[in-house]
Amino acid sequence: MSDHSAVIFERVSRHFGEVKAVDEVDLEIKGGEFFSLLGPSGSGKTTCLRLIAGFDRPTFGRILLYRQDVSTLPPYERDVNTVFQDYALFPHMTVGENIAYGLMVRKAPKEQRQRRVDEMLDLVQLSGMAGRKPSQLSGGQRQRVALARALINNPKVLLLDEPLGALDLKLRQQMQVELKAIQKRVGITFVFVTHDQEEALTMSDRIAVFNKGKIEQVGSPAEIYEHPATAFVAGFVGVSNLVGGDLAKRMTGSESRFSIRPEKIHLQKPDEDTVPGQIVADGIVRDVIYLGLYTRYLVELTGGGDLVVVEQNLETTSMDVLAARGQRVRVAWAKEHMRQIGG
Amino acid sequence: MRSKASLGLKLAALGTLLFLHIPLLIIFLYAFTTDEATYTFPLPGVTTRWFGETLGRTDLWAALTLSLKVATVATLAALILGTLAAAAVYRSRFFGRDAVSFLLVLPIALPGIVTGIALRSAIGSLDIPFSFWTIVIGHATFCVVTVYNNVLARFRRTSGSLIEASMDLGANAFQTFRHVVLPNIATALLAGGMLAFALSFDEVIVTTFTAGQQTTLPIWIFSQLTRPRDRPVTNVVALFVIAITVIPIFLAQRLTAESSDTGGG
Repeated sequence: MSDHSAVIFERVSRHFGEVKAVDEVDLEIKGGEFFSLLGPSGSGKTTCLRLIAGFDRPTFGRILLYRQDVSTLPPYERDVNTVFQDYALFPHMTVGENIAYGLMVRKAPKEQRQRRVDEMLDLVQLSGMAGRKPSQLSGGQRQRVALARALINNPKVLLLDEPLGALDLKLRQQMQVELKAIQKRVGITFVFVTHDQEEALTMSDRIAVFNKGKIEQVGSPAEIYEHPATAFVAGFVGVSNLVGGDLAKRMTGSESRFSIRPEKIHLQKPDEDTVPGQIVADGIVRDVIYLGLYTRYLVELTGGGDLVVVEQNLETTSMDVLAARGQRVRVAWAKEHMRQIGG
Repeated sequence: MRSKASLGLKLAALGTLLFLHIPLLIIFLYAFTTDEATYTFPLPGVTTRWFGETLGRTDLWAALTLSLKVATVATLAALILGTLAAAAVYRSRFFGRDAVSFLLVLPIALPGIVTGIALRSAIGSLDIPFSFWTIVIGHATFCVVTVYNNVLARFRRTSGSLIEASMDLGANAFQTFRHVVLPNIATALLAGGMLAFALSFDEVIVTTFTAGQQTTLPIWIFSQLTRPRDRPVTNVVALFVIAITVIPIFLAQRLTAESSDTGGG
């Protein structure tokens, strides 16, 4: 364990009665990184965040913050702050009072509070809004206030609990870029909980993929996407074709399971020559979904099994691709794009 | 768009208002009559001497003071107990939580006569002498409910993560209560408290069983029916009571209406 580990989980479990929400998790988050906890709802990612914040205590195991054991400390004695999913802005206070709250309860001098609030408003691009009430703000603006309020104490770690969930797509994408920029600027470790794999891939330095209270894989976005360690990761992050058993044996000569991304598969005419060394299979196009930028095909292979194939519409029109329905095709891909999957 | 009310509806509304408020008008009228023993109509004469007469009645002043004291203490007790009960029921899940909630609300639904008899026999069997405190305890049984209901409704409307957010930002439990919880339930406390005060101030039935020989203002007014002395004095008192109670009820309505727009945050 290196000296600049921000958060360390040592065999941490959190049980709710019979349910193991977090099950013997080991995790190390480095100082200054943008780290995402990714997983479906109920996978334990939010519980892990609450354990770091101190709203909940581990049933077993230890949590270290910069080498200090905080497992039993209350939230107000931990050097972490949280951006809540519903923002949790104090409705009876102005924007300025909300942001200053962390300094106010620590009895910081008035001038310092004023200066820091102005700095924070500047950071989140809300200068001049200090006098408004939260009810007068849009969703995106509330989000920024929640961020400013959580950053004013200069926490060692900032926890974000699906903070973009309530925003519409355009605003969400804009905030993703902005959050990342703010994180670079303040240099604080961000721990970001999300169920949106695209969001995690866009923003994170590293990602931990959660499933059923356990971590399936930790790695950079590229590692997670290109080298999924388990079938769950391959299916949850992006779309994957999982091939195993007889079908795998016919294609590769081995029964061991592999995954292949839909965009790595090419569609060819059945009589077209194949590149030597590629994996090929014949089948019929059962379904075509035209999505503008690209088209998704469902190919039923001769002898059983389906593959999803995605091709960009570089030169084809919607008329061309929709005409493919029911046609015989050959699918082909280079061996290097296949990933052996355990489990 | 709302359509205009029909003539029939307007008349019905007017009729209801008259039905409700003509008795109050009569009280107002007879506060100025010159006839001291009976109510005759039309008034034999108009005078304001009963107002001066009222000021001089020491038995009335003693009853008023007792009623104000009881209402104040009962309201304070209700504010503390009602808020604590609401917080317990809202914040934690424990065995029998719904039963506790039901039992808290029960006294206001039960006929006062039942509560009164129950308290009377408890006081009797425990050999507690009647005192100021026996009246306060009687009133607290239904005052707690009004605060409890108001505060619980407010808790349910406010986001649960507010308290976590406060603790997260470094506030301890006391600071969180003072800066976040209290401001958020303040109007609910005020509304619940004013209602509790008003309920206690005009309570007759339970008081009859728990007061012994003491006379609160409602009991004083009640006794004037059977032993009238300077009858219009009662009307003057009633007039003042109306004036004093209209203000808090008006304010309580305003407060709860306003906060219902912004309570969610």
